Amino acid sequence: MEVLYQNLLNLDVKMVIMWLIGGVLIYLAIKKDMEPTLLLPMGFGAILVNLPLSGAITQGLEEGPLSILYRAGIANELFPLILFIGIGAMIDFGPLLSNPVLMLFGAAAQFGIFFTLCTASMFFDINDAASIAIIGAADGPTSIVVGQKLNSNYIGAIMVAAYSYMALVPIIQPPIIKLLTTKKERKIRMEYTQKPVSKTTRILFPIFITIIAGLIAPASVALVGFLMFGNLIRECGVLDSLSETAQKALANLVTIFLGITIASQMQAENFLKGETLLILFLGLVAFIFDTAGGVIFAKILNIFLKKKINPMIGAAGISAFPMSGRVVHKLALKEDPTNFLLMQATGVNVSGQIASVIAGGLILNFFLH
Amino acid sequence: MLLIAALFDPMQFVENLRYMGLGMLGIFIVIGTIALLTVLLNRLTAKEQDEQPEQKG
Repeated sequence: MEVLYQNLLNLDVKMVIMWLIGGVLIYLAIKKDMEPTLLLPMGFGAILVNLPLSGAITQGLEEGPLSILYRAGIANELFPLILFIGIGAMIDFGPLLSNPVLMLFGAAAQFGIFFTLCTASMFFDINDAASIAIIGAADGPTSIVVGQKLNSNYIGAIMVAAYSYMALVPIIQPPIIKLLTTKKERKIRMEYTQKPVSKTTRILFPIFITIIAGLIAPASVALVGFLMFGNLIRECGVLDSLSETAQKALANLVTIFLGITIASQMQAENFLKGETLLILFLGLVAFIFDTAGGVIFAKILNIFLKKKINPMIGAAGISAFPMSGRVVHKLALKEDPTNFLLMQATGVNVSGQIASVIAGGLILNFFLH
Repeated sequence: MLLIAALFDPMQFVENLRYMGLGMLGIFIVIGTIALLTVLLNRLTAKEQDEQPEQKG
């Protein structure tokens, strides 16, 4: 009889708190449709690894499958990099290629990463601060790769913050954008001319980006390279079947394992710390200052430009594709139902995807020794 | 939390500002180079583009 209840004696209140956190993640995924592909596996995984003596994770000499998956796919950054092939295959750089100047907004909207790096360094050692700052890349795979390479002690909290805030972009960004812009600025119209982009440009673009990023920020070359490899598969025109597989089957498979494997780092003793709350706060700071960086950059450009830019499009440079592009588009429609900024915001949004990966590479260049 | 309190050092913010400067400079250099290259690519392949009609939206 004792064998039936003896494990119950190993249960502690921290584990139950983690079940509740897991439940909240599952609720947000299902009811609020917030990044369900990742928050749901993470939520379930949080419950799974917080059962007393859970067989899903290594206990003493007995290896657990989630710990094995973690070593096989996350500790060596394989899962996020493979996922990047799928993401690269999903992205259409067309709106960006026809208006290359939009790329600059993607660069400006990485400001939050570096501001948060400085802020986090007041509380954490520099490698942990850099790993926390990269939450501002609004890009899960980049956060995992940087956090792993810098050997951060807070990878679980960083992952939860990165994916949760990506899902919260429609809530976080609008008040910041409104705070930094006037009604008149939000009504600025931007004529969009879709210039045709040659197939040669579409094919050479991912190759050139890989070379340039690799030369300037060599630590970013795996991230950029896998993203651009996926895009090259999409654009080359002779690998449609592979492109479709990368976009759907490959991305889905990796996502299933990624979410639940990340949860192996959400064990109560590692997760329920004051540091986790601070990391969640710093992640929010990163998203806020990313948004502010993009908007303020556009406002500065407007001082010199005759044809004004709607500064809201700067906020789409946060990466978080395609949410932030849609947020800007909806805000513009709210101010003026005939003002369509979707294509411009999408162009900025994909430039943010590239810029965030490069920012991750630069962070690694600075701190990976 | 006690560890954080022990590590708290406001001067680190100032000391690490150089990474903010270097990081933003680095991103603008890389993205600027990519943007210039894209303009160049668009110009060099303009003949190929002319075969397709321009769309306005």
